[in-house]
Amino acid sequence: MSEVKFSKEHEWITLEGEVATIGITKHATEMLGDIVFAELPEKGSNVEKDGTAGVVESTKAASDVYTPVSGEVVDTNQAIVDDPSKINEDPEGSAWFFKLKMKDQSEMDSLMNKEEYDKFAKESAS
Amino acid sequence: MEIKKTSLNKLHQSNNAKFVEFAGYEMPIQYSKGIIEEHKFTRSHSGIFDVSHMGQLFIYGDETLTEELEKIFPLDLKNLKQNCSKYSFLMNEEAGIYDDLIITKIEEGYLIILNAACKDKDFEILSNLLGSKFKMNLDNNKSLIAIQGPKSVEILNSIINGVDQLNFMTGNWFDSDNQKLFITRSGYTGEDGFEISISNDKAENFVENLIEKGAQLIGLGARDTLRLEAGLCLYGHELDINKTPVEANLRWAISKSRLSNGGFIGSKKIMNQMQDGASQIRVGIKPQGRLIAREKTKIFDDTDTQIGEITSGTFGPSVNGPIAMGYVNKEFSKVDTKILLEVRGKKHPANVCALPFYKKNYVKGVN
Repeated sequence: MSEVKFSKEHEWITLEGEVATIGITKHATEMLGDIVFAELPEKGSNVEKDGTAGVVESTKAASDVYTPVSGEVVDTNQAIVDDPSKINEDPEGSAWFFKLKMKDQSEMDSLMNKEEYDKFAKESAS
Repeated sequence: MEIKKTSLNKLHQSNNAKFVEFAGYEMPIQYSKGIIEEHKFTRSHSGIFDVSHMGQLFIYGDETLTEELEKIFPLDLKNLKQNCSKYSFLMNEEAGIYDDLIITKIEEGYLIILNAACKDKDFEILSNLLGSKFKMNLDNNKSLIAIQGPKSVEILNSIINGVDQLNFMTGNWFDSDNQKLFITRSGYTGEDGFEISISNDKAENFVENLIEKGAQLIGLGARDTLRLEAGLCLYGHELDINKTPVEANLRWAISKSRLSNGGFIGSKKIMNQMQDGASQIRVGIKPQGRLIAREKTKIFDDTDTQIGEITSGTFGPSVNGPIAMGYVNKEFSKVDTKILLEVRGKKHPANVCALPFYKKNYVKGVN
């Protein structure tokens, strides 16, 4: 599996073969608070880099989930729809959001690595 | 304008509060445990709420003051016993609501608890209505602390003996730490609890005492989910200048004896609406599934006609599902009416339901 990359919209992404797994970062869940609703893209649909690909709602507000890369949705995580609190518990592990068959793997290049993201998250939080 | 802070601001900080601006004040929205845990802790144990941003308006006077206030509020104040509280509204001639409030008869006159965002305007309106006959004091030297939840009576009574003898919606003076505190058995969470009016310099120490006895600080986020589960209105959401108490389904708060003769501001409109019914009315709404319908969500019938709008909507931690309140045309206000909520461009099914979503635990008849 590839190195974990991060977007400015606080998504994480890993790549295995041509399938990318995408979720939201721990930092994002800490900003959102208790997550009580998740909506995911439909399997088989196509999503475009930086476009909306889902929604999460905390007790406070609704936020769009963006996809950091383009592709076809090949799988979604029904477990987080059934129990959205799982997203707070394990955001960067079992609570992934969706898997994409990527169109253009070079889209990964512009994303941040862990060190860059941690710095970005720290700065954007203050 | 500089943001205002309550006397508990430092204590909030040392308890890792996340702050938001609310009505010009820096207030804690939540602490480290988060809204859901804070909510559940209040329902099962005892939560402390800093509500010092709310207005504590003292108006001093005798029977003449009672007569003057009866021209303003739809209450039978002449028969209100000393230390008893009533929920009421400050209205305009069209019965539009400037603010909702709790008024308590005290020995020297009345104490009115006002919403933070409305208190200065309320003071101006009441000053104009009452003239200079009565001394009025919007007391900024006092903090207001609420303690809510089933363990609150035991915790507060261990610090201030005798508060367990108060009935719901009554108050009294108590001695603590060389000062007289006015304490009422009331709150806005659907739980048994108290509100304590205390001088600013003693507030922090008092709250630390409550924490030591097992209560925990709770932020505005959980205060909102708690009051919504209890079916209680929040000014600026369910209530505003374009809504009347009849439309808000709060006619229970209007004293029956005042309905026959009127004589209070807005009485004509209220009496008309009581007779003919209001065209829109506040209802409880349960979306099907897990969908959350926020404020301003449009409500439709099955013919695609808009029939109303959501005023508050969130996830109810004790109900364990989404809940909302809103206004619908009166023909859609019956319990179990099927309606549609437009969220992110799609219409989702929901039901009109009875309020509250969560059953209240108020203590009545201690004495």
